[in-house]
Amino acid sequence: MSYVSNTDEQRREMLAAIGVESIDDLFADIPEELRSGPLNLPPGRSEMHVMRLMHELSERNAAHLVSFLGAGFYDHYIPAAVDALLRRGEFYTPYTPYQPEASQGTLQAIYEYQTAICRLTGLDAANASLYDGGTALYEAAMMALRVTGRNKILLDSGVNPIYRNMLHCYTSNLHIDFVEVPAVHGQTQREVVGEYLDEETAAIVVQNPNFFGAIDDHSDVVEMAHSVGALAVMSTYPISLGLLKSPGEIGVDIATGEGQSLGLPLSFGGPYLGYMACRKDLIRQMPGRIVGATQDAAGRRGFVLTLQTREQHIRREKATSNICTNESLCALAAVVYLTVVGKHGLREVARTCADKAEYARRRIEAIPGVSVKRDAPTFNEFAVELPADAAEVAGAMTEKGFAAGFPLGRYYPGMERYLLVAVTERRTKEEIGRFSEAMEGVLWN
Amino acid sequence: MELIYEKSVPGRRGFRLGRNDVPSRAELPEQYLRREAAELPEVSELDAVRHFTALSQRNFSVDTNFYPLGSCTMKYNPKFLEEVARLEGFAALHPLLPQLRHGGMFTQGVLQVLYETGRMLCEITGMDEFTMQPLAGAHGELTGAMLIAAYHRNRGKHKTKVIIPDSAHGTNPASAGIAGYKVVPVASNEQGVMDVDALKEALDEEVAAVMLTCPNTLGLFNPHIKEIADLVHEVDGLMYYDGANLNAIMGRVRPGDLGFDVVHLNLHKTFATPHGGGGPGAGPVGVKQSLAPFLPTSVVVKRTDGTYSLEYDRPDSIGYIAPLYGNFGVIVKAYAYILACGGDGLKEVSDNAVLNANYVLSRLRQHYPPAYERRCMHEFVLSGQPLKERGISALDIAKGLIDRGFHPPTVYFPQIVKEALMIEPTESESKETLDAFVDAMIELARLAVADPDALHNAPTRTPVGRLDEVRAARQADVCYQGSGGKDR
Repeated sequence: MSYVSNTDEQRREMLAAIGVESIDDLFADIPEELRSGPLNLPPGRSEMHVMRLMHELSERNAAHLVSFLGAGFYDHYIPAAVDALLRRGEFYTPYTPYQPEASQGTLQAIYEYQTAICRLTGLDAANASLYDGGTALYEAAMMALRVTGRNKILLDSGVNPIYRNMLHCYTSNLHIDFVEVPAVHGQTQREVVGEYLDEETAAIVVQNPNFFGAIDDHSDVVEMAHSVGALAVMSTYPISLGLLKSPGEIGVDIATGEGQSLGLPLSFGGPYLGYMACRKDLIRQMPGRIVGATQDAAGRRGFVLTLQTREQHIRREKATSNICTNESLCALAAVVYLTVVGKHGLREVARTCADKAEYARRRIEAIPGVSVKRDAPTFNEFAVELPADAAEVAGAMTEKGFAAGFPLGRYYPGMERYLLVAVTERRTKEEIGRFSEAMEGVLWN
Repeated sequence: MELIYEKSVPGRRGFRLGRNDVPSRAELPEQYLRREAAELPEVSELDAVRHFTALSQRNFSVDTNFYPLGSCTMKYNPKFLEEVARLEGFAALHPLLPQLRHGGMFTQGVLQVLYETGRMLCEITGMDEFTMQPLAGAHGELTGAMLIAAYHRNRGKHKTKVIIPDSAHGTNPASAGIAGYKVVPVASNEQGVMDVDALKEALDEEVAAVMLTCPNTLGLFNPHIKEIADLVHEVDGLMYYDGANLNAIMGRVRPGDLGFDVVHLNLHKTFATPHGGGGPGAGPVGVKQSLAPFLPTSVVVKRTDGTYSLEYDRPDSIGYIAPLYGNFGVIVKAYAYILACGGDGLKEVSDNAVLNANYVLSRLRQHYPPAYERRCMHEFVLSGQPLKERGISALDIAKGLIDRGFHPPTVYFPQIVKEALMIEPTESESKETLDAFVDAMIELARLAVADPDALHNAPTRTPVGRLDEVRAARQADVCYQGSGGKDR
């Protein structure tokens, strides 16, 4: 089934109008010796057959595990209205809104999304989206280099290790001087920051809550950065902003993060949503699409893609970024989520996550031989020290029906006994109880 | 139309979690908490549904309008693909599960999808290995440029330049630039394709790669492509294939057989995954064996027992270009689409895409001069220059089309054609639709002479008329400042 509309009869009429005998004649520019034989792929199948196959494949995955696994990607509840609106073909089948009069729906929705991100982060300007939280952090680092004209980045090891790997990968040809502030379970180490921060430093990059779930108030770190003319870049978990001090209140210059928690399913790693917000005076160095408000000749308000002279289709190799297609539909999901959940609902979701995590922490702490790091307050995720290898324990927990958490030894050598446990509003008291009983059983039976 | 923030009513709610069943309360010190809740909308679920439904109705889309946007391949997105991506076993799956011990066994279905999609794309393109990780076309270009850099570095060569034709999409030079290369543009010849002599002039040992689309942005297949590849390989450069225009050639010719070493594809173009109003897309990258060791971490492998796993131990890999395994929810749609089409179906796709384009070209060429008087592949470029001389620009034609219910072609691109109108009908459209579009284009050409002012004022049937872009850039109002709320 190839979704072609024309009939053989119509194809004959069209060939006659073109003035050729056959479709083959239309490919005459391709030299004979370069042509390929038939593709060695299975024959086409009907929708019904493919659907059956896809059902079978989908069932060969353990999506049923009760999840205490987060590490940057979270199992939140998505109100049905989000997907109902996302499924409108008028939203998911257009291209990037280059023709504003024919795209006011997408453009206004992105403007509303940008506004929601600004209000959530406490900053002045947001873009229309980047690919994910990791590429957003990379783009923020590049932006800081452009703004300051400097070449050194201080990178807190509490930043998601996957994102740190991405930063190193992207900049491997660019001779940027990275200094990693060593990891602790708790908060950013001020003395180390003080030691390395200097007038060569473009930015300090932190995450809040950090990868271990610890909450920090980076206001003093931001001041230290600003005192040497460096910028502060922060990656945040947007649901936590229902409760926690916003990057803007902390004084951060560029906020980024993974927007998956705002109404997007986990989908085995994507599509996700990189968000970015910044101070107004940095907007012309921001990467990506930006929607701005304006009006038509009759004075009616409308929206367009704006500040396009930053972008690749105008500036080519001098653009602020190469990004073109971004994650527009995911940004739409986020703004619909933030609208439906709303001002009070987001606070309720965040508060519930924190309370349930606190309950889980108490239940887990009660397991003999297990302790929970409490060097810093946490939001909905925390590191648990086990009397056994965390990867082994997590493996055994899957057999009891749980995705127990993320074994920290995978990215932090020496932390092989630590398990990172996340609790969202979706986990019930009963599930948390069963989880801690199962863990006790795995450890002591 | 009012913003959702302007519809907000203090105290109104559209969502509640309900009773919290745990007895604990997290005590967070004041210093870590935000002073005030973020000013998000306070609306009912019905308010939200009406608002966003009304917004959707202010869009043109493939589902509602013919959308012949050149180089974007706005084909039909079959509905069952939406069901596929939402199957519980895909949509609810946490991406870090396979990183748990024996966790790969919990994700065999998704790993099989990633592996098999890669293998099928290898067959379609004639490449040896694919990474499914890049999250969009430009992201694939950057990945490709980084692979090229790693390849040369590994051979102890320091190369500084990438050659890109002047007709290329802006992401090509931007991606090469970000990967650290100097961009050298090469002009097209009078046939509209890269000129072999101009290329020879630009080629030297410093050239890391030549980035090309084939057929190119003008919809033209370069018959000298193999000669170009040989010349580039002679200076130890690599050939990069931008897959934006793959929809023209499936089952006819494969980039790998033409001498290309690296390709990226846009699953949201050729493989029918929806464009989403600007993403999400997916831009997988294929390479020849000589570049395979450098592919991003991780790689899906098939073991001898038929199971799948993720390989992380790859010492020569360029590393992490994406956090996980790519936009799985997009990739799985492309996988289902390829299975539905099959090998013969994909050839049918390209055959009909090329037929539709040539048919529209044959009917329009008397009314708008083609940029190049040749047969085209899946798209073609007309010039609005003769109308421009009468005061009607390509933009006026575009706006006139909107009033007639058609999404305009790509305008002013490629930049080498004056008043460019770039038309790509795709295979999914019927002759009736193509005829209606052609009739509208002919009517506009006549109107340009008879009543140019009518066109200057278009569009008039849209919610807003032409918008003041200068004002937008000057005021940079990108975030609503009003407090909103009906009673404030």
